[in-house]
Amino acid sequence: MTESRVWSNAVLPTLGVIIAVTLWWLATAVFHIDPFYVPSPADVVETFFRTPGFLLQESWITIQRVLIGFAVAVTLGLVIAVVLGSSRTIERMALPVLAAVNAIPKVALAPLLLVWMGFGDSPKIVMVILVSFFPVIVSTMAGLTSTPADLHELARSLKASWWQTFVKVRLTWALPQVFVGLKVATPLAIIGAVIGEVVNPDHGLGSVIAGSSANSDTALAFVALVLLAVIGVVMFYLVAGLERLLVPWAKAISS
Amino acid sequence: MITIDAVSQTFKGRSGPVEAIRDISLTIGEGEFVTVIGRSGCGKSTLLRMIAGLLKPTAGSVTVAGSPVREPRRDVAMVFQRPALLPWRSVEDNVMLPVEIFGWRKSEYRPRAEHLLEMTGLSGFRKRLPHELSGGMQQRVSLCRALIQSPKVMLMDEPFSALDALTREELAVELQRIHMDLGTTIVFVTHSIQEAVLLADRVAVLSSRPGHLRRVVEIPIPRPRTFGHNAHMEQVAGISAELHTLLLSDDHLQASPQT
Ligand SMILES: Nc1ncnc2c1ncn2[C@@H]1O[C@H](COP(=O)(O)OP(=O)(O)OP(=O)(O)O)[C@@H](O)[C@H]1O
Ligand SMILES: [Mg+2]
Repeated sequence: MTESRVWSNAVLPTLGVIIAVTLWWLATAVFHIDPFYVPSPADVVETFFRTPGFLLQESWITIQRVLIGFAVAVTLGLVIAVVLGSSRTIERMALPVLAAVNAIPKVALAPLLLVWMGFGDSPKIVMVILVSFFPVIVSTMAGLTSTPADLHELARSLKASWWQTFVKVRLTWALPQVFVGLKVATPLAIIGAVIGEVVNPDHGLGSVIAGSSANSDTALAFVALVLLAVIGVVMFYLVAGLERLLVPWAKAISS
Repeated sequence: MITIDAVSQTFKGRSGPVEAIRDISLTIGEGEFVTVIGRSGCGKSTLLRMIAGLLKPTAGSVTVAGSPVREPRRDVAMVFQRPALLPWRSVEDNVMLPVEIFGWRKSEYRPRAEHLLEMTGLSGFRKRLPHELSGGMQQRVSLCRALIQSPKVMLMDEPFSALDALTREELAVELQRIHMDLGTTIVFVTHSIQEAVLLADRVAVLSSRPGHLRRVVEIPIPRPRTFGHNAHMEQVAGISAELHTLLLSDDHLQASPQT
């Protein structure tokens, strides 16, 4: 059993990555693609090792922005969802507004954020929040309204107060769905940070990308993309790991 | 202990009113075990929910222990058709849920929870999560959760209907033992004639649509009763046949006006 776990949790994903990189390599080699357009994996690695310290530092800046923004977005999303979930009236009033805010193309907001907040971290973090809070709200609300009827009836028959029902039944029941939202929001948070940095470059991997296109340094842009992908994967697996830790029962009842 | 006085229930359905219960009156004594039997949709759950205070009768009134029922009470416990356990709570913590909600001292009730789990053969599973138990074991947990309130009245809505025949019989025998030990008043909804006869002091037979009380049948067989071979086979067979006829003839009543 543990052996098959290692197989499916570690070996298979690694194998998938190796295959993907090999295909990329083969494609650039077989079709003789000009590295100016698509550099091969070897070019990318080589470019990374030209300035590893600098790139890691820029990555760290982006990671910090993503993490701060994501944390705020999740907190905000959870709080808003709980407020909306506690009252039909508020939900009816607020949901269209939130949906409208979510529908605004965030790229269009980037210049405005520059005007409002100037350079530095805050416009990027705000972009992360704007891009990633909505899925958290939607999934948490879906979770809060999905409590099975028999659990509601149980709470009623015990004369549980609204608050007791909320904390002891509804909120915990919603957790698996909350995690669905978190998994959707994770990559969005990274996208948000990069949008902020490309539009309004100072530091971070998005700024590296913006700078590389100014210098026609495609390989450098690819290095930044690969680093972003790595950050995205790591964050995704962290969230998935947290899910396993917090809601080990979810899988068992959904199957 | 329970007085059901001319109770009716009419739901406002999507396509006009649905009369679920019509004019039921029944008095249930302290420590009595009454089973309610009737065909699917005849209003058994509705009746139980009105006794529990989960649903207000459209007419008539229900009294438990001398006071009219307006909302759920702590000395009345409900056991549902499905175990309704919280999937993230261990067996023990599920049993303790009413204690937490009532704001009782947990340390005081832990020994009682342990005792109940022992009584139902679950002491080895205290720390397990519900999904690690079989359906029968889950239903035992929900029985323990009802018993921890030390209820004067237990209302059970087809609690064993999702289980296989053998587990069902086993649990029914166990419930009978608990009833004899604790003297709790029990109203037990079922659509199994066998279960009704084994468990009840009296069987209330409901007719369908709208449900009203067709007959109350006394079961004068001494306890403890068992399934299968026993000294009262003939009596059991006789009563079962009577109940069967009552439930079947109800079908004719219902079919004739439509054709
Ligand atoms: N909330 C409701 N709104 C409208 N109609 C309802 C509602 N609850 C029950 N009914 C109707 O009342 C009738 C009795 O329902 P009830 O659930 O009490 O039946 P039952 O005897 O428990 O059936 P079963 O054996 O299948 O559980 C049914 O015809 C049902 O459609
Ligand atoms: Mg029912």
